[in-house]
Amino acid sequence: MSMLFGKLGWESIPLNEPIPIIASGVVALAILGLLGWVWRAGHFPYLWREWITSVDHKRIGVMYCLLAAVMLLRGFSDAILMRSQQAIAYGNPGYLPPDHYDQVFSAHGTIMIFFVAMPFMIGLMNFAVPLQLGIRDVAFPTLNSVSFWLTASGALLINISLLVGEFAKTGWVVYPPLSELRFSPGVGVDYYLWAIQISGAGTLLTGVNFVTTILKIRAAGMGYSRMPMFCWTALATNLLIVAAFPILTATLGMLTLDRYLGFHFFTNELGGNAMMFVNMFWAWGHPEVYILILPAFGIFSEVASTFSGKPLFGYRSMIIATMAICLLSFIVWLHHFFTMGAGADVNGFFGVTTMIIAVPTGVKVFNWLFTIYGGRVRFATPMLWAIGFMVTFVIGGMTGVLLAVPPADFLLHNSLFLVAHFHNVIIGGVLFGAFAGLTYWWPKAFGFTLDETWGKRAFWLWISGFYVAFMPLYILGLMGMTRRLSHYDVPGWQPWLIAAAVGVVLIAGGIACQIVMITVSIRRRHDLRDAGGDPWDGRTLEWITTSPPPPYNFAVLPDVTGQEAYWGVKAAARDDQKLSALPDYAAIAMPRNTPTGVVSAFFASLMGFALIWHIWWLVLLGFVGAWATFVLFAWRDDDAYEVAADDLAAHDRDRRAGKAALLGLDDGVPA
Amino acid sequence: MSATAGERGGDPHELGHDDTVPISERGPAPKRIVVAYGFWIFLLSDFILFSGFFAAYFVLSGATAGGPGGRDLFDLPLVATETIFLLLSSFACGMAGIATMARNKLWFQVAMGATGLLGAGFLALELSEFAQLISAGHGPQRSAFLSAFFALVGCHGLHVLLGLVWLTTMMAQVWAKGFRDDILRRITCFALFWHALDIIWVALFTSVYLLGTVR
Repeated sequence: MSMLFGKLGWESIPLNEPIPIIASGVVALAILGLLGWVWRAGHFPYLWREWITSVDHKRIGVMYCLLAAVMLLRGFSDAILMRSQQAIAYGNPGYLPPDHYDQVFSAHGTIMIFFVAMPFMIGLMNFAVPLQLGIRDVAFPTLNSVSFWLTASGALLINISLLVGEFAKTGWVVYPPLSELRFSPGVGVDYYLWAIQISGAGTLLTGVNFVTTILKIRAAGMGYSRMPMFCWTALATNLLIVAAFPILTATLGMLTLDRYLGFHFFTNELGGNAMMFVNMFWAWGHPEVYILILPAFGIFSEVASTFSGKPLFGYRSMIIATMAICLLSFIVWLHHFFTMGAGADVNGFFGVTTMIIAVPTGVKVFNWLFTIYGGRVRFATPMLWAIGFMVTFVIGGMTGVLLAVPPADFLLHNSLFLVAHFHNVIIGGVLFGAFAGLTYWWPKAFGFTLDETWGKRAFWLWISGFYVAFMPLYILGLMGMTRRLSHYDVPGWQPWLIAAAVGVVLIAGGIACQIVMITVSIRRRHDLRDAGGDPWDGRTLEWITTSPPPPYNFAVLPDVTGQEAYWGVKAAARDDQKLSALPDYAAIAMPRNTPTGVVSAFFASLMGFALIWHIWWLVLLGFVGAWATFVLFAWRDDDAYEVAADDLAAHDRDRRAGKAALLGLDDGVPA
Repeated sequence: MSATAGERGGDPHELGHDDTVPISERGPAPKRIVVAYGFWIFLLSDFILFSGFFAAYFVLSGATAGGPGGRDLFDLPLVATETIFLLLSSFACGMAGIATMARNKLWFQVAMGATGLLGAGFLALELSEFAQLISAGHGPQRSAFLSAFFALVGCHGLHVLLGLVWLTTMMAQVWAKGFRDDILRRITCFALFWHALDIIWVALFTSVYLLGTVR
C-alpha cells in the first residue's frame, strides 16, 4: 500500500474537524456545479479553444486576474476567521483550536502574497504591457500560458491541503527549525514547499518573458524614454523577479532537502544554521515587496495622468526612482530581523539603507501630487483608488520608516504594529492598485465600462473598512500584542480587536459591492458599451485599438513619434481635422493556441501532489508526462495561422469609424 | 521626427530625439535575437540559483560538526578528470555548432553524441565520488558542511542530467525534422546552456575543490 499511495490514507482527511470539511465541501460543490453548468450549456469546447489553451496575452491576463479574485475570496475567508476568533478569544480559547488557527494564518499569508497579489499584478501586466508597447504579443506566448497554468497549479495544491492532509502551521515565512521535519512532521510544510516551487517556476518564466518582451520587442519609435510608466515599472518588477525568485527556489530547495533527505542546512544539529534560512528568505522577500508594489506604482501613474488630463509630472525622475528602488531593494533585507543580533553596525547599515529607499518613493508621491495639481481632475473610480492609495500609502510608508529604526524595531518586532504596517502598504498599495487597474482596463478587455455607482460604493467601503480594521492593530502593537495569538488574557486589547472585526465587515461589504458592480455592469453592457475604444481619453497605445482588441491587437503596428504615443496621434488628428492616412495592410502570422500549458501544469500538479505524499511512481509519471508534453509541442509543424490583409483592413475600417465618431472627425476612408 | 513630435505635442517632456533612429526605436528585434536574449536572461536567473547554493556552502563550509572537512575528502585527480570530461564535452558541443552552421546532419549527430557521452562520463564520475563518500559515512546527513557540498555539486549534476535529456531530444528532433528555423534557435539555446554549466563548474572546481583542499 505504501508503495502505491505513499503517506496518503483515509486518516489524511480531517473528518473530525467540521470547519475545513464544510468549507471544502461547499467549495467542491460550487466547482462541480459550475463545471456541470458549463458542460450542460455546451460552453466547454469554447472555453477550451478560446481560453484554456489560449496563448493570447490579453486572455492569459484576464485568467490571471480571475485566479487572483477567486483566491482573494479564499484568503479573505481566512481573514474573517482570524479577526472573529481574536474578537471573542479574551480569556477563553475562542472557536478555533490553535492547531487550526495556525494553519489559517499561514494559509492567509501564503495565499494573499503568492496567489492574490502576484497573479493580480502579473495579470494586469500581461494584459496591458504588450498593448502599451504597440506589439502583438509577448516574446514567448506559449511559455506565457505555461506560466499561468503553473501558477494555477500551485493554487490548486494549496486548496487541496484544506481537505487532504493539512497546511503549514509555521506562518507563511516557514522559518526553521519549526518548519523542519522534527517539529513539523506532517505534510503541511510540504504542501507549502511544492505549491510555491511550482508557482515560483511559473513566475520566473513570466519574468524572463517580460524582460525580453520589454527590452527586445517594442513598436518602431517606442524608445526607452517614450515607454509608458507602467511598462517601466513592469520592467523593473520583472528584472526583480529574475534576480530574486531563484534565491527563493534555492532556499526552499534546501529546506526540502532537510525534510526529505535528512540534510542539515537549517536544523539545530550537526552545524545547521537556521538564521541562514531567514537571511536567504528575505534576500528574496524584500525584493518581492517591490515586485508587488512597482506595477501598482505604474498603474497609479497611468491613472493619475489620464484622469488629470495632464502628462505625468517628472517622467524622467519617475524612471530614475523606479530603477533606484529596483537596486536598493536588494540591500535592505536584514530589517526583517534586526533582532537577530547582528550588532549595532550591521543593524545601523540596514536601518539607513531602509530609510534611503523611502527617498525615491517620496519622489514618486510628489510626482503624482504634481501630476494632479492644476489638472482638470475627473473623479472616476480608478482615480478614487489612486487618491485613496496616495493618502493610505504615505501613512504605511511612514510607519515603515519608524520600523526601520533598529531600537524601535526591537520593541515592535513581530507585534501587531508590524502586521498593521505591511497590510497598510500591501492593501493600500498593491490591492488598491489592482482595483484601480481593474476598473481602468476593464473596458479595454471586455468592451464595456464598469458601473461607476457600485464602483464608488466599493471604494468607500474598502477604504473605510481598511482604516477601521488596521488602525486598531497599530495601537494593539504599541500595547504589546504580538502577532499570531489565537487567544489572550489582556482585557484592554479586546475593544480594539472588536473594532478591527467591524472593519472586516466593512471590507466584506466592499467586496460584495465589487461583485454587484461586475454583475450589474455585465447586465447593462449595452448601455456601458465602449464604442470608440477610448473611454477615459487615454494617452497610451492600448486606447488606440478597439475594445476589446482583436487577437493581433493592431492591424498595423503603430509608429511612435513621441512620448504619450496615442495622445500625439489624437492631437495630430485634431490639428488636421482628419485621421491619419490609410496605411498599407499586409497579412500577418499569429501563434496558434496550444494545450501545452494546461497539460504540462496538470502533470506538474500530479508531480507536486505525489512529492507531498511520497508517491514516488507518480512523481516519475508526472515528470515524464510534462517532458512528453513539451516534446509534442516542439514536434508540431504548424505553429502559426495567417490573418489576411483584407480582414485586417476590414477591422481597421471599423476601428477608424469608432475613433472618428469619438473625435467628431471624418474617418478618412473613401466612400 | 523630433520636429513633428514637438509640434504635435506628443513629446511633453521634450526629451528630444535626433534624426538618426537609435537602435531602441527600430521596432521589434528578429526572432533569433529575441529567443537567444530570453534564454540568456533565464541563464542569469540560473546563475543566481547557483549563487544561493554557493552562498550556503561558504556559510556552512566550516560547520563540519566534528566530521571530516574538504581537505580530508576531496580527491583532486578524480575531480580533474571530471573537469576534463566536461570541458571536452563543451568542445564537442562547439563542433556540433559548426556542423549546424554547415547544415550537416551526420556530423551534428556525431558531435552531439560525443557531447552527450562525455557529459554522461562526467556524471558517472561524480556519482562514483558521491557513492564513495556516502559509503565511507561521509554522506550529506553527516554535517551541515557535507549537506551544502552535496547540494551544490548535486545541483550542478542535476543540471547536467537535465541537459542530457534535452540533448537527446534535440538529436531526435534534428533527425526527424532537420534544421528548421525553430530547431536552429533551440540548438543555440542548448549550446548556451551547456557552456553555462562549464562556467558554473569552473567556479565550483576553483572555490569548492581547490580552495577546499588548500584550507
